[in-house]
Amino acid sequence: MNLEFTPEEQAFREEVRAFIAENYPKHLADFGMREDMSREDMLAWHKILGKKGWSVPAWPVEYGGTGWSATQRYIWSEENARANTIMPLPFGVSMVGPVIYTFGSEEQKARHLPGIRSGDVWWCQGYSEPGAGSDLANLKTSAVRDGDHYIVNGQKTWTTLAQHADWGFFLVRTDPDAKPQEGISFLLIDMKSPGVEVKPIKLLDGSYEVNETWLTDVRVPVENLVGQENKGWTYAKFLLAHERSGIAGVARSKRGIARLREIAAKETAYGQPLIKDFDFARKVSQLEIDLAALEITELRTLAGEQAGKGPGPESSILKIKGTEIQQRLTELTLEAVGVYGAPFNGGIANDNTNEHPVGPDYAQHAAGTYFNMRKTSIYGGSNEIQRNIIAKMILGL
Amino acid sequence: MDFNFTEEQQMVRDGLSRLVREQYDWETRRKAIASASGWRPEIWAQLAELGILGMPFAEADGGFGGGPVDAMVIMEEFGKGLVIEPFVPTVVCAGGFLKHAGTAAQKEEHIGAIVAGTRVFAFAYAEPKGRFDYADLETTARKDGAGWVLNGHKAVVIGAPWASHLVVTARTGGERRDRGGVSVFVLAKDTPGVTTRDYVTVDGRRASEVYFENVSLPAEALIGAEGEGLALIELVTDEAIAALCAEACGAMKVAHAMTVDYSRQRKQFGVPIGSFQVLQHRMVDMYTAYESAVSLTYLATLRLGAEEVERKKAVSAAKVGVGQAARLIGQEAVQIHGGNGVTDEYAIGHYFKRLTIFDAEFGNVDHHLKRHVALSAQG
Repeated sequence: MNLEFTPEEQAFREEVRAFIAENYPKHLADFGMREDMSREDMLAWHKILGKKGWSVPAWPVEYGGTGWSATQRYIWSEENARANTIMPLPFGVSMVGPVIYTFGSEEQKARHLPGIRSGDVWWCQGYSEPGAGSDLANLKTSAVRDGDHYIVNGQKTWTTLAQHADWGFFLVRTDPDAKPQEGISFLLIDMKSPGVEVKPIKLLDGSYEVNETWLTDVRVPVENLVGQENKGWTYAKFLLAHERSGIAGVARSKRGIARLREIAAKETAYGQPLIKDFDFARKVSQLEIDLAALEITELRTLAGEQAGKGPGPESSILKIKGTEIQQRLTELTLEAVGVYGAPFNGGIANDNTNEHPVGPDYAQHAAGTYFNMRKTSIYGGSNEIQRNIIAKMILGL
Repeated sequence: MDFNFTEEQQMVRDGLSRLVREQYDWETRRKAIASASGWRPEIWAQLAELGILGMPFAEADGGFGGGPVDAMVIMEEFGKGLVIEPFVPTVVCAGGFLKHAGTAAQKEEHIGAIVAGTRVFAFAYAEPKGRFDYADLETTARKDGAGWVLNGHKAVVIGAPWASHLVVTARTGGERRDRGGVSVFVLAKDTPGVTTRDYVTVDGRRASEVYFENVSLPAEALIGAEGEGLALIELVTDEAIAALCAEACGAMKVAHAMTVDYSRQRKQFGVPIGSFQVLQHRMVDMYTAYESAVSLTYLATLRLGAEEVERKKAVSAAKVGVGQAARLIGQEAVQIHGGNGVTDEYAIGHYFKRLTIFDAEFGNVDHHLKRHVALSAQG
């Protein structure tokens, strides 16, 4: 048992670090919140990685994966966090991509995988509905067969960044008479199809990150059905386990703690740097300790994966702990900036983009990020649902 | 990076697991604790035979060349069975001082006897007013010719009633709480001037208040350099903390499993209480706390050989995280066992007791958070 990286792994780290330093777009080096960015900026790194052949490291090599070991992928994500890069969005790369190459037809693979790899096609996820959140199997959006097409009707919600999306993967009900889990199918829908309407939802931080997606008599060719009709729930569960394995966000949180320490060294409290205030420093240390535990837990999970165990219900632990830490990090960052957490949008009026923000730069996004990150314990199967999964699958209750 | 145990470590685990299962059943343990001596020397002899007591010593010193991971494996199994025998005071603490700083003569004198199971040690470091500061010492060792004269009072010396020998910390110079001026001594417990008041601890072990009144020690009683013992004490106690964390992990694992099992058996409102979501989520929180504790124990164990700041940070992180998990799991296990959890009859309460006492050993959660903060300020 040891925690050391091999010389080969060290060399790999040097290689990816150099690649990032040379190729990452300079103007995106210190972004605040992704939600404010243009589509082009959000895709810039994805496209560079696509050309390099590094955009989908975890995929099987035959579909464009890099063949990296789990440890190499861990190093890759650490180095990206260190450089604070804007990573490819998960919807194509980590979610629908693996479903397509695992369950899709040869035509679907040929048609969709290249665009996911290159970053040319933007995907969104149509799962949740107003009446189907944690109880996802209660979804009502219907797909009725009509010749070579399905006619899709219903309403999806929390569709992340659907305003930019070219394609969406949707869970739809194809058998209204079956048990809830057994009448669901997995459909790929062109977001430019007539009858698809995307309405943005304004969030607490003022951003428009998620949408309502209305589907009215949308005609979807049957070749866009993934796998078998009425087996969509199986594919959805497969996807959720995939989604959780990267969700711990250890490397990003490490960087966040380093940044928090920098902020707390600049802020003054009781005549000395805030980080010298024991009550505050104690909370930072506690967070760092919890993150150290999570990091080893993730490495243990990776080691298991490397030994052939797929991401199992243990990934629910990573989701719960990872998101709790991300949230506490944003909470402490907001605490650290004190009263300058209050000005909305840096105190800049909407009609005056030439104004300088009030307060220190690092305070600009503290409150917005804190509000935004409340989503993490809600999405991807809420942390309460994750506890249900652990209770059932690991504790056998 | 590698999280696998070697074949040898696996064999040690299996061997100890069998020993605990076959010879450390609940009734036998209860009788041993209530007996006059309060422990089981015959178990100690078997541990010597199995090579457990010699595991962490170099082959040149008569041991089996094991390391911190071996100690972790051993302690986890002890934790599962709530084994009370004094492995940490004898092998990890006294053995650690001898291994790291003992002279050839001191190693020769003591290590072989430890490995053979014929010499039991206790580590006398705590004092009534010193709390968790190893340098806050009222015990003194005054130079007297070539030797030393020891005076003072050591608190809650775990395993002392079973020990023939003691390792003692004392001030040989400087002011109270100075980093310099702390020294470490080894002596036989029957040295004239040493008296003890022996008692039972709430977690079923034995301990003593140890008093030193003008105890004459030869020059050879000193371990390591005079006045420079603190760094050595910090190293050895960090090793002891990692071992105790592993013990706590073993105890937590069993406490959690017992609780889940109980919740499946116990029926109320016509159904097993384990079917209630409110209890399921609490048992999940116990489980995730346990997994975090295991991870931090690995981290501390694997960092014992790192440079000083990194080692101390990892060990403090573990003592904080494992301490918090131990409190949560102990309290929740009792709560979910209901009234049975607070009876002497059910095993769960005894796991709770051990996990409770663990917190203050070599510094509690608050102390190690404070140490982590101080180390973080250093970089």
